[in-house]
Amino acid sequence: MNKFKLAYGAAVVLLAALAAAAAAALVLKAIGASPTATYVTIFTGPFKDIFGVTEILVRAVPLILVALGISIAFRSGIINIGAEGQMLMGILAATGTALALPAWPKAALLPLVLLAGAAGGGLWAGIAGTLRARLGVNEILSTVMLNYIAAQFYTFFLRGPMIDPGELETGSGTPQSMRLPNAALLSRLVPGTRLHTGLVLALVLCVAVYFFLWHTTWGFRLRAAGAEAKAARYAGIHVKGSLVAAMMLSGAFAGLAGAVEVSGVHHRAIENISSGYGFAGIVVALFGALHPAGIVPAAVFFGLLLVGADMTQRSAGVPANMILVLQGVLILAIVSAKMYLNNAYAQERAAKWFARLRAGTGARAKTGGQP
Amino acid sequence: MKTAAEPITELKLEGITKRFPGILACNNVSMQVARGEVLALVGENGAGKSTLMNILAGLYQPDAGTISLNGREVRFPTPNDAYARGIGMVHQNFMLVPNMTVAENVALGLKSLHHFMNLDLKEARRRILEVSAHHELPVNPDAYVWQLSVGEQQRVELIKTLCFGAQLLILDEPTSALTPQETDDLIDRLKRMTAELSIIFISHKLNEVKALSDRVAILRHGAVVFNGRTADHSPAELAALMTGREIHLPRNEGVGLGGPAILEARDLKVRGDRGHLALDGLELRLHAGEILGLAGVSGNGQRELAEALTGLRRVESGRVQFLDRDMTNRTPAAMIAAGLGYIPEDRHHEGIVPKFSVKENLVLKDFHTAKFSRSVLLRLGAISRNAETLKQAFDIRCASTAAAGGSLSGGNIQKVILARELAREPKALVAVYPTRGVDMGAQEFIHAQLLGRRRAGGGVLLISEELEEIMNLSDRIAVIYKGRILKVLSSLEATREKLGLLMAGVADE
Amino acid sequence: MVYNILSLGVPFSVALLLASLGEMFNQRAGVFNLGCEGIMCMGAFLGFLPPYFLKAGALAPYATLFGFAVAMAAGILLGLLFALVTVTFRAEQGIAGIGLQMFGWGVAGTLFRHFIGGVTGVPGVAAWPIPLLSRIPFLGGILFNHNPVVYLAFLMVPASWYILFKTPWGLKVRAAGTEPRAADSMGISVNRVRYQALMVGGALAGLGGAYLSLCQAKMFADDLVAGRGFIAVALVYFGRWSPLGILGGALLFSLAQSLQLAIQVAGIKFPYEFAVMLPYVLVILVLSLARKARMRGPSHLGIPYNREMRY
Repeated sequence: MNKFKLAYGAAVVLLAALAAAAAAALVLKAIGASPTATYVTIFTGPFKDIFGVTEILVRAVPLILVALGISIAFRSGIINIGAEGQMLMGILAATGTALALPAWPKAALLPLVLLAGAAGGGLWAGIAGTLRARLGVNEILSTVMLNYIAAQFYTFFLRGPMIDPGELETGSGTPQSMRLPNAALLSRLVPGTRLHTGLVLALVLCVAVYFFLWHTTWGFRLRAAGAEAKAARYAGIHVKGSLVAAMMLSGAFAGLAGAVEVSGVHHRAIENISSGYGFAGIVVALFGALHPAGIVPAAVFFGLLLVGADMTQRSAGVPANMILVLQGVLILAIVSAKMYLNNAYAQERAAKWFARLRAGTGARAKTGGQP
Repeated sequence: MKTAAEPITELKLEGITKRFPGILACNNVSMQVARGEVLALVGENGAGKSTLMNILAGLYQPDAGTISLNGREVRFPTPNDAYARGIGMVHQNFMLVPNMTVAENVALGLKSLHHFMNLDLKEARRRILEVSAHHELPVNPDAYVWQLSVGEQQRVELIKTLCFGAQLLILDEPTSALTPQETDDLIDRLKRMTAELSIIFISHKLNEVKALSDRVAILRHGAVVFNGRTADHSPAELAALMTGREIHLPRNEGVGLGGPAILEARDLKVRGDRGHLALDGLELRLHAGEILGLAGVSGNGQRELAEALTGLRRVESGRVQFLDRDMTNRTPAAMIAAGLGYIPEDRHHEGIVPKFSVKENLVLKDFHTAKFSRSVLLRLGAISRNAETLKQAFDIRCASTAAAGGSLSGGNIQKVILARELAREPKALVAVYPTRGVDMGAQEFIHAQLLGRRRAGGGVLLISEELEEIMNLSDRIAVIYKGRILKVLSSLEATREKLGLLMAGVADE
Repeated sequence: MVYNILSLGVPFSVALLLASLGEMFNQRAGVFNLGCEGIMCMGAFLGFLPPYFLKAGALAPYATLFGFAVAMAAGILLGLLFALVTVTFRAEQGIAGIGLQMFGWGVAGTLFRHFIGGVTGVPGVAAWPIPLLSRIPFLGGILFNHNPVVYLAFLMVPASWYILFKTPWGLKVRAAGTEPRAADSMGISVNRVRYQALMVGGALAGLGGAYLSLCQAKMFADDLVAGRGFIAVALVYFGRWSPLGILGGALLFSLAQSLQLAIQVAGIKFPYEFAVMLPYVLVILVLSLARKARMRGPSHLGIPYNREMRY
């Protein structure tokens, strides 16, 4: 029955994805864009040249990092919607650290910058985690509020203390920081593209997270607290502490994603840098079944969607907001599908239906194909 | 809710079958009830009694079989339909909305009182008082349900079904939360009601079955194994029919090894969830090598006591001593490390992590010890081996130790919890309702294990609602009432009557 | 200055008040809808469309009314969608809510960019000063000199109270959120009640969103709603699921907002971004302090109802 369970699960996820695509197609029709043309561009456009392919991976890196953090949080029983804000705080911390120590060698500065990013995101998330553990504040609401607050912080710093002195001189006033010193940058993997060593870091962390959750006592504690908080508490696990720790870890990954984007892609802090990775990361985590093995392909798939959506914006004039629409329906479809995934009834009925189908086709084959 | 068009002279169930995933809850069940008759539906937990009655009440749909009233076949797609025909059910867990008044609760179900922008509470009140007077069930229609005691809430449930025009009452374990005296009271009332109503009541307490019913039907594993007149059989015969074999529940034959006090509660004051003082100066002492039974109607502080002793609930004042060390308000982890075992009340949510595998659940308290982990890394091999050993020793029935804990039957989940706790050889074990909802075979096993712990020199605090269990197993019996220990008796002097009085708060001189 | 803060604060609270009252019905019935934000976005955009398109036509005087009607209809439909996902499919309500929010926000933004593209204004709704009362010095201008939608929103407070506590439907809603098995055992369809509550909630959220674009800002932009939907959900906790408490919360927030404006107008040196942050910080503070409130909430809030679930 186990092979069937896997196939059943995959079929349900696929149906959910198709339902989402259909819903998004309706919106596309409403704005006069052709759904088929749009989807074709999205799914084939990026593969036209090596740059497109590397761009998919460039988008996938922060998605993987954010999704890893989200998985840790969800599995530990705490919902983190604040990855957007945590990324921004991570970027501030990372940029600040890099700009403050321009003379340091790469071997020391780069890790420090990345760690600063993780710390920034982790501490920001820690606020929501502590509020939840100590005061029972709903973490969805608090992390969403913290997103808005972080956005304001970020703008304040970019327009004020962290603005590139060069901008002030030339009078253009674009809110962006100074360019990071070379020692703080992640090297390019493929020359002529934007793909950087952050990809390696992301993949290494995937393995680390898998190990952490299923092979260490820390991971055991988090998973127990997330699966059944009461029983975990009765077993002596400090559940409240777990919640805070999980939230901080989750934020650290988001902050790291931000630092990686600055160090690897943009090389300076700019506006709209997080461009929705925080929210997209949630969808990737859900799509990847909250497991590193599922997150990597899900992130690549989403990277494809993002690059493709960019292309359709330029070619077919489909506004960038469409990606939000797609994310929204994907979330709705996946969480709806979960009921069927975990539902023993539905599985049994599907198994019976499938068995009848096979018996039917078998019988038809015997009689030579005539029903 | 209309009152039934015609009185019920006969109810017949024929060939009722109901499946849940992986379980055949009802297997071709047939039985009947005549007017004014009391039918007892008996069986172990999990035998299918509640499911069958839920089908009759319109909450579940049968996969096969028919229900007939007065010779004509009927179907109950919704509870409304059952009510319309005069069938009313009082569930074990009351179906009352706590923050609404009695009148509002009744009005919720009386559709005739639902006008567009107006709710006719006056009429609801009138009906309640009418029924209340007629059947001598005193109640205050404007009281909020959360203010009422368990016995009073049960009265509300009865009145509610009568207001809806019930002519056949189904009662699911009606005495599970009552003292022996309240139980006798209820049985009297029900007997008087049979002048107008038929009654089906579910119970596993054979003495009540004898006292109240005319006929008895016994279910085992979803099938009817016996259907006859109560008067013709003794409780022992019925018990044998219920379990399918002679069950000899182990008895405590000794008088306690009289070891030193290992677990003590001194003048304990603990607050309950609603802010009231659940434990009010409680004194208790558990010795090594004995089983101390704690008898009492649920809701008198048992849960809060267990939680205070295990570090799960804050003690406001007083002391908890474990092995001569002051362990008041220490963390659960500290209590566990000191050698205190705990079998909690809610096995699904407090005892195991249902999504975790059986082997993970078996090391839920020890995963961080040297036996199962090397510093921070889990020793998965050792964990698996441990699970296999315990599975054999405790006869845990599961497909494999990698199966999810929540997929096991109630009795097997309890065995997992027991295995985990006993394998740690706790010096003191707090067991709360350890055999609730567990079939007799597993019950036998669990009782044997508890006695075994006692023999090995450990102390067991047995908190239970089943007087028989407590009297069979304990060396001494303490009775808890309104957060204090009223009296401690030795097992030799404890009788059902004495305990019943104490449970109701009557302390003799 | 105090007069300005107060007289601005009252209409500022309308969108929050309407959305939050709607969310109150949702939560009382046992479902919390974080997609309220997305519904408000859709309501703001769709409400804005009729006046934009019918500017110069014969139907112009009724355009605003159409706008409100369309916004409410959209709210009902989105509430229905959310009900399908969380009640019928029993999905996790928090995440589903975020999904709905993204969807609403995204669709509104996409359609806006495609059909309108730039910033355009709409005439808004004229004020209806109440004849005698608006002449009362100080209070008159604060309370009685507003457009009809404001009055409607405030009238919704006692109306909601009556509906929730004195009508059969309100009784069913409260039962569905606190003890759904009891309601079920008496033949009330818990799922149907929840669907109805979500539709009412959606209608009110859509109305609130339309108020933002039609009356308050008199235009539409991507970031118009700016988290008010989430604040509305938080207000339900803060107001302890009662209309009066929610009114208090909504006024508190809008006063914070008008305070922010007044500070800027008065030229007090305070970084713009920190002023904008104020309402969100306030929400967190309020959630942190409202600890006791959680204990009195509908006990089955967030738990999908499954009759065949064996307890």
